Amino acid sequence: MGKHKQILFKNVHEAEQYTLVGYEKRAGYSIIKKVLSMDPVKVIDEVKASGLRGRGGAGFPTGLKWSFVPRNSGKPVYLLNNADESEPGTFKDRVLLEKDPHLCIEGMLIAAWALQSNWSCVYIRGEYGYPYERVNNAVKEAYKKGYLGENIFGSGFTHHMVVHRGAGAYICGEETGLIESLEGKKGQPRLKPPFPAVVGVYGCPTVVNNTETLAALPWIIENGAAAYKAIGTEKSPGTKLISASGHINKPGVYEIELGYPLLQFLEEECGGVWGGKKLKAIIPGGSSVPVLRADELEGVNMDYESLVQAGSLLGSGGFMVMDETTDMVDSVLNLAHFYTHESCGQCTPCREGGHWIQKIFHRINDGHGRAEDLALVESLSSQIAGHTICPFGEALVTPALSFIKKFPEEFTAKILAGSGPLKKTEENPGAELYQIGH
Amino acid sequence: MVKLSVDAENKVAELLTKYPDKKSVVMPALYIAQEELGFINADAISWVSSKVGLAPVHVMEVASFYTMYYKKPVGKYHFQVCRTLSCALRGAGKITEFLESKFATSAHEVSKDGKWSHEEVECLGSCGTAPMCQINDVFFENLTPEKLDEIIKRIDKEQPDLRLSAKTDKLGEGMKDCSRSQVI
Repeated sequence: MGKHKQILFKNVHEAEQYTLVGYEKRAGYSIIKKVLSMDPVKVIDEVKASGLRGRGGAGFPTGLKWSFVPRNSGKPVYLLNNADESEPGTFKDRVLLEKDPHLCIEGMLIAAWALQSNWSCVYIRGEYGYPYERVNNAVKEAYKKGYLGENIFGSGFTHHMVVHRGAGAYICGEETGLIESLEGKKGQPRLKPPFPAVVGVYGCPTVVNNTETLAALPWIIENGAAAYKAIGTEKSPGTKLISASGHINKPGVYEIELGYPLLQFLEEECGGVWGGKKLKAIIPGGSSVPVLRADELEGVNMDYESLVQAGSLLGSGGFMVMDETTDMVDSVLNLAHFYTHESCGQCTPCREGGHWIQKIFHRINDGHGRAEDLALVESLSSQIAGHTICPFGEALVTPALSFIKKFPEEFTAKILAGSGPLKKTEENPGAELYQIGH
Repeated sequence: MVKLSVDAENKVAELLTKYPDKKSVVMPALYIAQEELGFINADAISWVSSKVGLAPVHVMEVASFYTMYYKKPVGKYHFQVCRTLSCALRGAGKITEFLESKFATSAHEVSKDGKWSHEEVECLGSCGTAPMCQINDVFFENLTPEKLDEIIKRIDKEQPDLRLSAKTDKLGEGMKDCSRSQVI
C-alpha cells in the first residue's frame, strides 16, 4: 500500500482513531482552527483550485458546487453530508464513518465555514447502525469539547450538527431524495431546477456533499490545493477510495491515486481473481455503470476520463469483479431486481419499466425467453432513460443494456436452449401474464 | 392518547429541539416507537403523529415508504440476508437456503416461538465481507452456513441485545468476535 499517498486513510488504521482523544493525538481539529481565521471565499477558492470532485458518483467539482450558493440571500445555508451509501458494490464511506468519524466532522466544519452555514446534518443509511453510533458519539464528544456549538475556537462561529438515520431507501442517496427524506417525507426526488444550492432543505440554500468528498477537505486545506492537484491526473486529481468486491482474493476498501492502472489494481491490491480462475468482467464504479469485459481492460486507468474512454464510469468506485464461471444473465437479473425494488415509484417509466425489464430477464433465465426479448429490453430502456425526474432511470437501464451488449451470446444461448414461452394451462393460469410482464 | 415509556418521550423531546423543522423528527420517532413496540402498528403511528404534528396518514405514508420500518411483527432476532450482486457472487443464496431450513420458515414468517424471522434485502454496504447478514442492527460478515449455524446457537444461548438501543459502542458486545470483521 506504500505506493499510494494516503489522504483519507492516513490514520484509519490507528487504534482509537474513532475517539476524540485518538483523533486529537494526530493533530485533529487543528485545521479547522486555522480555517476559522480565513476568508470563507478563500476556502472555496482553495477547494476549487484543488480540483476536488464529488466522490458520491457524479464527480462534479466540489468548489464549483459551493459557489452556486447565493451569498446574502437572507436565508440560512444548510450543509448535508450524504452518507446514505447504497450503491451496490460500494462500502467506502462506511470505513470513514466507522474508523475516522472526527475526520468527517472536521471536513464538514471546513465546508460549513466556507458556506457560512450554522446547521448541518449527517444523513447515514439506516442499515449502518454501527457507523451511526460511532458518528453520533463523535458529534457528542465534539460538542463537549466546544468544537461544535457556539463560538467555536472563540471565533464567534456557531455550528450545530445532527446525525440522521435513513431507513432503507436507495433513492435517498440522490441529493433531492435525501432532502425530501430529511424533511420528513417519502424520499422522492425533486425536479431540478431549482437546484438545492438555491432551494434545498426547508426551502433554503443547501449543499449536499458525499462523506468521502468532505473527508478530503482537512488535507487539502492543510497541504494546499497545489499539493492535492499534484496527485492523480490533471483532470482527476487526488485520491479515491475504491471498494473492491466479488471474485477476488482480497476484497476491501483501498485508497488509490487516481489514474492508477486498473489491471494493476486488480492484481496488486485485490490480489487477483480468486481460485486461480480467469477474469470475465468488471463493473468498475458501482452497479449503475456499464460493465466491462476482461478484454476491454488493457491500458484502462482508474480515473474519471480513462473509464469514460473505456465505455464505463468511475462512479462511486464500487469495483465488482466477476470470474469466468459467472452467469451474466443471472447477474443482470440480480441487479434488475435491485432497481425494481428500489424505484421510488414516482415516475411511471421507472416504476413500471423496471418491473417489466426484471420479468423479461427472469423468463430468459428460467428458460422461457422469446426471440424478441432483447430488442424489447432495448426499446423499454429507451423509454425509461431520460424520461424520469432523477437519474435513477439511467441507473436502471445501464446494467441491463450493457450486460446484453457485452455478453449477447449468453442471453441468446439461454433463449435458444429454453422451452419457449410458457403456455397457459390449468396448473399455470397466470402464464400469459408472466410472459407479457404485467 | 398513546403513551410510550419516559425514555422514549424524552428522546423525542430532545430530537424536537435539534432540527430547524420538527417534521424532520418523523423518521427518528418512528425508530423509537418501533424499538418499543416491536413494529409500526396503529399506536406507533398515532404516537409519532402527535409528537411531530403531522397527520397520521402522512406518518403512515413515510412508514410504508421505508423498508426498515416493519409493518408487521418480526422475530426477536430478525435476519436480513443481503442478496445483491457482490453477495450473490460469493454465495448469499446458500445463506438464505440455510435459514429457511434452519427456522422452517419462509421469508417474513416468524417462527412459532416468536424468536426468529428472516428475509432477503438489497445491498447492505458490506460487499467486501460477503456474504453477510444483518441480525437486528448488527452485521455478521464473511458467512458460511456453518458459521451462521454457530452464531445462531450462541444467540440462542446468550440472548444478546442486538438492537441499536442496546447502547452505543457496546452494540453486539459479546458477539463481537463473530460479528465484526475488517473491511479494510
